[in-house]
This record gives sequence, structure tokens and C-alpha cells, in this order.
Amino acid sequence: MSQPRLSFHRLWAVVLKEFIQMKRDRVTFGMMVGIPLMQLMMFGFAINSDPRHLPSAVHLADTGPFARTLVQALRTSDYFQIVHESGSEAESQRLLQLGEVQFVINIPIDFTRRLLRGERPTVLIEADASDPAATGPALNAVAQLANTVFNRDLPGPLAPLQAQNGPVDFRIHAHYNPENITQYNVVPGLMGVVLTMTMVIITGLAITRERERGTMENLLATPVRPFEVMAGKILPYIAVGYIQVSLILVAARFIFHVPMVGSLPLLYAVALLFIAANLAVGITFSTLAKNQLQAVQMAFFFFLPSILLSGFMFPFRGMPNWAQAVGSCLPNTHFLRIVRGILLKGNGLAEITPEIWPLLLFLAVAMTIGVKRYRQTLD
Amino acid sequence: MSAPDFAIDVTGVTKRFGDKTVVDEIALQVRRGEIYGFLGPNGSGKTTFIRMLCGLLTPDAGAGTCLGYDVRTQQAEIKRNVGYMTQKFSYYEDLSIRENLDFVGRIYGIPDRRAAVQRSLDRLGLAKRSHQLAGQLSGGWKQRLALAASLLHSPKLLLLDEPTAGVDPKARREFWDEIHQLAADGLTVLITTHYMDEAERCHRLAYLAYGRLLAGGTLAEVLAAAQLFTWSVAGPDLRALAAALRGRPGVEQVTAFGNTLHVSGRDATGLDATVAALREPRHEWKRIPAGLEDVFIGLMDSAKDNFA
Repeated sequence: MSQPRLSFHRLWAVVLKEFIQMKRDRVTFGMMVGIPLMQLMMFGFAINSDPRHLPSAVHLADTGPFARTLVQALRTSDYFQIVHESGSEAESQRLLQLGEVQFVINIPIDFTRRLLRGERPTVLIEADASDPAATGPALNAVAQLANTVFNRDLPGPLAPLQAQNGPVDFRIHAHYNPENITQYNVVPGLMGVVLTMTMVIITGLAITRERERGTMENLLATPVRPFEVMAGKILPYIAVGYIQVSLILVAARFIFHVPMVGSLPLLYAVALLFIAANLAVGITFSTLAKNQLQAVQMAFFFFLPSILLSGFMFPFRGMPNWAQAVGSCLPNTHFLRIVRGILLKGNGLAEITPEIWPLLLFLAVAMTIGVKRYRQTLD
Repeated sequence: MSAPDFAIDVTGVTKRFGDKTVVDEIALQVRRGEIYGFLGPNGSGKTTFIRMLCGLLTPDAGAGTCLGYDVRTQQAEIKRNVGYMTQKFSYYEDLSIRENLDFVGRIYGIPDRRAAVQRSLDRLGLAKRSHQLAGQLSGGWKQRLALAASLLHSPKLLLLDEPTAGVDPKARREFWDEIHQLAADGLTVLITTHYMDEAERCHRLAYLAYGRLLAGGTLAEVLAAAQLFTWSVAGPDLRALAAALRGRPGVEQVTAFGNTLHVSGRDATGLDATVAALREPRHEWKRIPAGLEDVFIGLMDSAKDNFA
């Protein structure tokens, strides 16, 4: 006489009820639509900072002393941290696309020869400019560097070479966001921020509200199973999450003219994972919170690092190590990289996989805690 | 196995929260089709006991059946066949009456839901208000809605936790007429209340204090078992008389009822002696049968001495 594990009519009953309540609760409904719009407007004007020690790769076709001096000078500028020595153009491209390095510095094969001839050899710096805040200061530093880097290496008869408005010609190739438009970076990032905020708060409230108003007791006295209540509450909000994603994409396309290079279906698919991860956090909070106020407070506790340490507001690489470690535990950090990767770099499934598994891990952990804490009886 | 004519048949039911024993070895048998009144002061464990009956809480000790299902292992079956009306209104205030009933109907998977909801609306006189939000209803209407919702799946046992708190006398009377009608149709009802007039409308009663069952049976049985003797006195200066009576041998309770005092105690000889000593011509003394309220207050006081 045991009960079937899941009943669709009961699940549907909860889903339907949630939608009606969503419709009645004008304030929350307004929040779900208003927050994405408000944040779009507010963060459309981004914050700049001065990140240093950006991971870079060098592609040395010429290993002469001048080339090494140049690399050393870039290093001492504090902006560049040489983490890779790239062997080919293809490898350089891959490093940029995966986001392993921010810059690739290409020293051409005839660098020393042309320098000594006073021909101003060209050094190509390829930058992952999807976040202009991260690359801007470093590229400014390069411009300064060009004039002075060889002052000691070009003494005596070579001194005139110093004069010609810099002996080296730095060419910057800004990939993914050539015009350094901040919105290209911020607007896709907003997707993660908006989803984090609304999904966590709203699910946190949805269950705490039942408890606070006493309706949970009634619900638990019916045959409805805990999983059905939980899933029934989550499903409507997944729909809301998708509306928010679409809203931001439309604004990104038509208001901010953000390029969309990659696959939108892929983005929508990954968004489900991210939405689910946030809903699981919300559910977990709602099992911990005694009332709706506490649920909101907990949500903010989660929201703040998600906005500050995820690479949304400040360049991720500009943060100290501990902050990067905290940021790496947050789903938003990985989702931001996925969204930016897909939209700006045209990344496919293969390129975003390193960011998907942390999301999956997070979802699994949050879901386990949430379901464990959510109990059928009141004991 | 319980006899089939008991809707509730439990023994030794105990529930502890931390080191506080809220329900202490309660045994209860309720016959099918009976209206069983559950009385006791606030915090006496009535609600906790009801929650254990309907599968919301698992007892720490004790065993028994509810509608023939084991209260420890067959909570899912119990939930399907029991209607529970909580002390606090616990339907959705931001849903209309019809939407609330519809939700309940879906949860229980009631066949031909629309018709069932409509019948329920008609029967409880809610049809004209069906589109009103539950949150806008007055106490009496909320109570009707809660009753309609807890009956929608045709339960065999109805558990009512202080259903009439904050409801006006007329609505209370209608509510009780409804309950009697349902019981006549075979529904078993367990109801908690603080109102003595309501207790007197139950077929049988139980009195709970400090988690223990102190008395049980029909109204007459409870009154007889209490062995409480009561005098009524009318006349001038009752306040001075009450002060004089308190603390005298045999006097356990002195309560003012309008223009009379009720003086009661279990020690008939002591009480009679005290009355004889204080008797004055200007007062009119009468021996009256003990009321339920006197009995319960007496039980509560003696329970305090024993357990608190």
C-alpha cells in the first residue's frame, strides 16, 4: 500500500498555485521584472579598477637579449605575469579563448635586427579585451614602456635609436571586444547577477512564507510529498529565470548592441544549470530561515560575494588570492565566464566545459543540503 | 489489531521536545461516528497530540491506529483519509476561495474536481463569494472555508483544532449543527475547544493537562467521576463572602457568576460544614449540580499540584 513516489497531479497543483500567488503578489512580480531592468541601467556604467599580474603568454620568435629585456620590462611593470611560453599562433589563440591568459605578446623573428637598424620592429600584443577594465591599465602601461625600455641597452652610438618616438612599435590587437566597450562585458555579466539575486531571494521566500503563514502545516497534513512541494515551487521560478535571461539578451542586443558570436541555445541550456543551482541555494536558505526576513538576509549574504567576487564588478584577476578562491566557489563566477565566453568569444561546449563542472558540483552540494534539511514532518 | 469500530485507538502515545514531555502516555479510543471533545488549558499538548494522529509528527513512544492505519508507519494512508483543520487559518490568503478549494482538490486527486468544488461551495454557502480572496474574509467565513477545504476529499476522520476560536456565537452554532450533521452521516470528529457549551455538545470528552489525560467519558461520566459538590449563593456583599470563603476547609473554588457565587469542593462534609458556619439569612444558599467548567478548573488545579 505504499504511495507512488511522484504524482503529477499533486506536483501540478503546487505549480498552478505558485503561479496564481505570483500573479497576486504584485510587488514580487514587479521585482522580478524590475530588478533586471534596474540593474541594466545602473551597471550599464561600469566600475574601473587597476588589475595587475595578469596572466600572459609570450611567443618568442627571437630570443635575443633585446627581446628578453622587453619581456623582463613587461614583467617588472607588474601588469604582466608571464605564465606561458607559446609555441605557435594557434596555441596563443587557444590560451586566449579558454581565458587562461589575458595577453599574448608576440616578438617577431627579426626583432633584434630591425631594432638595431632603427626600423621600429613591431611587437604584437593580443589582448582578451572582453573585460576592458582588466586590460586597459596594462595596455596603458605598455605605451609608457615603449619609450624607455631600451634606454640602458642602447648606449653610445645606439643612443639615437631611443629618440624616434620609441624604438619599438607596439601594436595592440584587442580580441573579442576591439572597441573596449565596457557594456559588452557588463551586460552579459548582469545575467548571472540578476539570476542570483532574484532566484535565491524568491525561492527563499516561497517556502519560508508557507511556514510563516502557517500554510505549511496544512500542506504537510495532505498527501503531498516534500519533493513535490519543492519541485512544484522550483518549476515556476525556472520559467521566471528564463524570462529574465531573455529580457537581458534582448536588452543586450538592441540597447547595448553586445555582439553575440556564440550559440544562444547553448547559453539557454547552461542557464538552466545555473538557475537550478541558485534555486537550490534558495531552498537551503528557506529551510534554515525562521521567517521571510531572515531568508532575505541570508540571500543577501550570498548575493554580495556573488556580485563582488565573481568578476562581475571588478576584474577577477585583479583580486587577491583569497578573494579569487572564494569567488571560485560561487556559481556566478563560472556562469559569468560561460556567458561572456559564449556571447563574446563564440565558445562552444568544449571551451566552457571547465566552467560547467564546478556548476554541477555546486548544484549537487546545494541540492543535497536543501533536500536533507527539508523535512516532511514538523519534528 | 484494533476493533474496526474505533476510528482512533492509541495507547502510551508520548512526544518530547528536548527534555520537555509535551504528550505523556496518552491512551485514547474514539468510536466511529462519534464527536469527541478534547479539552485542556493552553499548552497542555492537545495540538501536538492531534499532529501525531494525522501523521505530521512521529510519536517518541506509544502505538496504535488511526482509521485502522498504524500511526507510526502508515502516515501516508492516514493523511489521505483524515481532514485536519489547523488552529490558525492555514489556507492561502492570496488565493480566492475557489482557487484554494481547487488546489486542495488537485492535491488529493479528487475525481471530477470541478463538480466536487462546486458542491462544497454550495453546501457551505460560499458559492456567491467564491472569487473573493481568502485573506479578505472575516473569521467566520475563513472558518467555513477551512472546514470546506478539509472536507473536500471526503475524509473518514476530521481533526479540528480550536475551530471556533474568534467566531461569533451564531456562526459557532451553525458550525456545530454542521458537525453534528456530518457525524450523523458517519464522520468521526475529534475537536479541541475551550468553550464549555461546545464541550457539552460532544458525545464524549477528554480532559488534558500537562500532557496527561485527566478525565474521559460522556458528560455525565466526567461530572460523576469528578465527585465535585457545588453550592450556589445569591444575595448582598458577595465579594466579602467570597473572601471569607476562600481558604476555609472544603472550599476549593469560589467563582462569581453574575449575581451568584459558585462554591465547590470535593470534600462534601468539609464544604457543608463551612457553608453551615457562614450561612446568614440575607443570603440564599442552594445546592446545585457541578458544572463542567467547575470540574475542569478543579482538575487543572489538582493537576498543577501533581505535576508542575
